[in-house]
Amino acid sequence: MEAGEQLPELKVTPDRYLTVRYAGASGDFNPIHVDEEFARSVGLPGRILHGLWTMAQVARAQTEAAGGPGSLKRLSVQFRGMGVPEQEVVVTSKVREVSGDVALVDAEARQGDTRIVRRGEAEVRLS
Amino acid sequence: MNAASDAIGRVSDPVTYAVGREKIREYANAVGETNPLHTDLEAARAAGHADLVAPPMFVVVYTSPAIGPAFFDPAVGMDFARMVHGAQDFAWGPLVIAGDEITTEVEVADISERGGMGFYVFESRSDNGSGERVCTGTWTCIVRGGES
Repeated sequence: MEAGEQLPELKVTPDRYLTVRYAGASGDFNPIHVDEEFARSVGLPGRILHGLWTMAQVARAQTEAAGGPGSLKRLSVQFRGMGVPEQEVVVTSKVREVSGDVALVDAEARQGDTRIVRRGEAEVRLS
Repeated sequence: MNAASDAIGRVSDPVTYAVGREKIREYANAVGETNPLHTDLEAARAAGHADLVAPPMFVVVYTSPAIGPAFFDPAVGMDFARMVHGAQDFAWGPLVIAGDEITTEVEVADISERGGMGFYVFESRSDNGSGERVCTGTWTCIVRGGES
């Protein structure tokens, strides 16, 4: 990795029932993620993705580029917009700087024109 | 808006979570992990690990029993109907392996109001059985102001 380098894009399309599986896996059963009717009743377009699932996609983009789970030392993100099932999520990552064996990477996740994770900043240890 | 700044500094009782092999598999599948260290026991052992390796973001699983009660603490008083998860930071130490027991405590790091919104910041500190800090999390929740 070197400064200015674009890491491989990660593209994933969460299926219709992803939020239900992620709720079970993570323990976050907030009804805005699993109950279509409830989500609409509070003004959402329908069930929305868990922010932490989307953050996990940003994390995965880093660990897949850097060579494994031990390479990710820190990840910081802001959640904006709302992710929805059945639309492709694209994670883009760009190396800001490399200092010794640690790279600082800027990353974000988008669905179409909506940024659902912004100002992602990862510290990745290079092996 | 009634941000309860008195609650700043409150530290929750530590909660211990036992990391299970099948829970790592379930989580890894839900987030689409492709690295066999998370799902293939032989691959994990061949790489020198005692058991399956948890993905870094598995932190949301082992902190869950500690972070939930901190969010719902009446002394903190977050209005969940108006709450959104605004930002998240994790800093990781040694890898978490199936069989580990991870103990997490959560501190109310800050509560403030800006522009009619309440900002609630929690810090989670998770240690493994050897006393190593496996992850520090900073969880920022934003509560939109009401019309009242």
